[in-house]
Amino acid sequence: MKIETEAMPIYMDYSATTPVDPRVAEKMIPFITESYGNPASRSHPYGWTAEKAVEEARKEVAKLVNADPREIIWTSGATESNNLAIKGASNFYSSKGKHIISLATEHKAVIDAVREMERLGYETTLLEPEPDGLIDIKKFKDAIRPDTVLASIMMVNNEIGVIQDITALGNICREEKVIFHVDAAQATGKVEIDLSKLPVDLMSFSAHKTYGPKGVGALYVRRKPRIRIEAQMHGGGHERGMRSGTLATHQIVGMGEAFRIAGEEMEMENARIKKLQARLLSGLTEIDETYVNGDLVKRVPHNLNISFNYVEGESLIMAIKGIAVSSGSACTSASLEPSYVLRALGRSDELAHSSIRFSIGRFTKESDIEYTIKLLKEKIGKLRDLSPLWEMFQDGVDLEKVEWAEH
Amino acid sequence: MVYFDHNATTSIHPEVLDSMMPFLASQQGNPSSSHSFGKYVLTAIEEAREKVASSVNAHPSQVIFTSSGTESNNTIINGIAGSYPESHFAFSSIEHPCISEPIKSINAMGFENTLIPVDSKGLLNLSAISKHKQKKITFLSVMMANNETGVIQDMPSIVKWAKEQNIKIHTDAVQALGKIDIDFEALDVDAMTISSHKIYGPQGAAALILNKKIDLKPHMMGGGQEKGLRSGTENIAAIVGFGKACERVQKNIVIINSEIKKYRFLLEKELKKLGAVIFANEVERLGNTTFFAFNNIDGSTLLTALDRKGYAIASGSACSSNSGEPSHVLLAMGVNQELAQGALRVSLGINTKENEVKEFLQSLKIEVNRLKQLTAMAA
Repeated sequence: MKIETEAMPIYMDYSATTPVDPRVAEKMIPFITESYGNPASRSHPYGWTAEKAVEEARKEVAKLVNADPREIIWTSGATESNNLAIKGASNFYSSKGKHIISLATEHKAVIDAVREMERLGYETTLLEPEPDGLIDIKKFKDAIRPDTVLASIMMVNNEIGVIQDITALGNICREEKVIFHVDAAQATGKVEIDLSKLPVDLMSFSAHKTYGPKGVGALYVRRKPRIRIEAQMHGGGHERGMRSGTLATHQIVGMGEAFRIAGEEMEMENARIKKLQARLLSGLTEIDETYVNGDLVKRVPHNLNISFNYVEGESLIMAIKGIAVSSGSACTSASLEPSYVLRALGRSDELAHSSIRFSIGRFTKESDIEYTIKLLKEKIGKLRDLSPLWEMFQDGVDLEKVEWAEH
Repeated sequence: MVYFDHNATTSIHPEVLDSMMPFLASQQGNPSSSHSFGKYVLTAIEEAREKVASSVNAHPSQVIFTSSGTESNNTIINGIAGSYPESHFAFSSIEHPCISEPIKSINAMGFENTLIPVDSKGLLNLSAISKHKQKKITFLSVMMANNETGVIQDMPSIVKWAKEQNIKIHTDAVQALGKIDIDFEALDVDAMTISSHKIYGPQGAAALILNKKIDLKPHMMGGGQEKGLRSGTENIAAIVGFGKACERVQKNIVIINSEIKKYRFLLEKELKKLGAVIFANEVERLGNTTFFAFNNIDGSTLLTALDRKGYAIASGSACSSNSGEPSHVLLAMGVNQELAQGALRVSLGINTKENEVKEFLQSLKIEVNRLKQLTAMAA
């Protein structure tokens, strides 16, 4: 089986997953072919070599976020990290209270874990973001109760790319003695993360959003002041008892290398991607009736989420098959429900349905951007030519006031 | 270095690596994405699912991919606890900690459990359970083949016993896969755990095989992958590798039960001559596994000596190898603490060569005799 790249569209879906950087793949291979030991084997060099590589990778991951390597716990991905953080910390500190705060625009892995805690007798507050996708700090503060045990807020949103003010939110949590978990799966390599300064207790990471392999992630668990979590997976007592299971050495090595590269190249890479984003934005907003979803300033350069009014979302996706993009998050795009993230921003069903997430990255070229702009202009023009709504809008009819005849 | 620790983890077969390479090197696409990148990887996962299912005669729809055997075992225990609040868990005293620990951890939530003893041969002793306890048990987990001793349980009788009491049954077949034939349908268990990195596939992929008679509350929540039973973006390269490794399972079973078993026979014959005790010697064991100890010889000294000579073997299971505790499996079989402390495991692989075993035996003879002399001098 061979990947037929010729037939493949241009990849503009880096927020769903990134390709593995060739340098990462190269570093991983020897740990599949030669140094295949179980890092838990203490009786022979196969085990030692694997363990050493795992610890080197742990250092690299810690370095990117300025943490102590001992604060990094390996997991199978951000979904597991989020589940472990939310369930593990809420359970451990349940004597403080059983109230959890999160945000309506969090990733499903966070929302579903929070919902699960509800079934276990916890109360939850899911804050609505402002129309720009950001949290009103005052509303966050007001939501905290004496029995609030944990708050979980993502650093960078997967659909609209907005960056929350983690420092301000974390400071409030410190004052109120609330455990603060941050899902940073979409943030690594895109924004600077300094955990020696950030008032964050738990932070989730993923490799496959930062040019590393799928199937590996990490959870940062602060040592000072020490945060405790109840393990969700029990067994051989790996990862200091917080997460049992044989460590997949090659994957961990891949994550370490991916995070090392991210640390080294982030600054230059972001400058380049920012230019591409600016070009994409100026090109696409030349099209009439386009709405950018989410704040444009407090946003990673890798993301643009735009609604094209008077175009039906599904037909738009079909029309632009030359590029691979998402409408809504990849994990829910199989359903025809409009994105719950855009709905939380107060977008109408129509605008939510006609939204496209363009997410770009390390291997996106200027010519990809130009092609995208040209393709969108052409296809949206065609689709609108066929749209009676567009025609009415052009004629100055206020569609909000139209009374539709019943069938 | 000669690797004799295949029950800890195996090397990746070259064909498996080849199948993974496209997904490692140029992997693009999230299986949940609706564009062609996404569809391409989704197809790869479904093909792997068919191969995994076929290696144990299960239906592809019964296969749930997870990240490890540990996760599969935690998923079944916690899932059963979540769906059946009245559950009473039974497990054998020789289970891997990733079965015993999750069962113990939910004891605090009110889930009771029963430990089933094994006899001196390492076989499950169902008759030791009182009638009173028997009535309470609703779920039983039994390891098909033990990772340390290699002892193969009499699964058909155990399943029959469980069915008669209306007990749900799970088997951890991580060590059995690729070494003995497994037929999920004929076996008639409710759930089964298998793992990739013990069958010449990569680390990071495993499966829980589940018949549809039981409901399972998911262990990890989120994007709803694996029919909602295991959220999280799929580890595509590892899953593809797991599928490929499963295609080779039948071939491996033949090799293990012909050549490799012959080498093990040779190994054990010589070990006995040197005065070693071979654990569970009298019952059916995996063709590649020998667990042994010498009275009067310190196991860790012998392990270090053999390591210096270039042989990677193990003292018990990898997961507990840094604890310094004697094997819980041997203690459960009634082996005395001192002998158990010195136990060493040799687990051969499909690529093990006869001369490797013969050379190992020569080194072993020299080291054992040297250590015996040292012990005699000290005494």
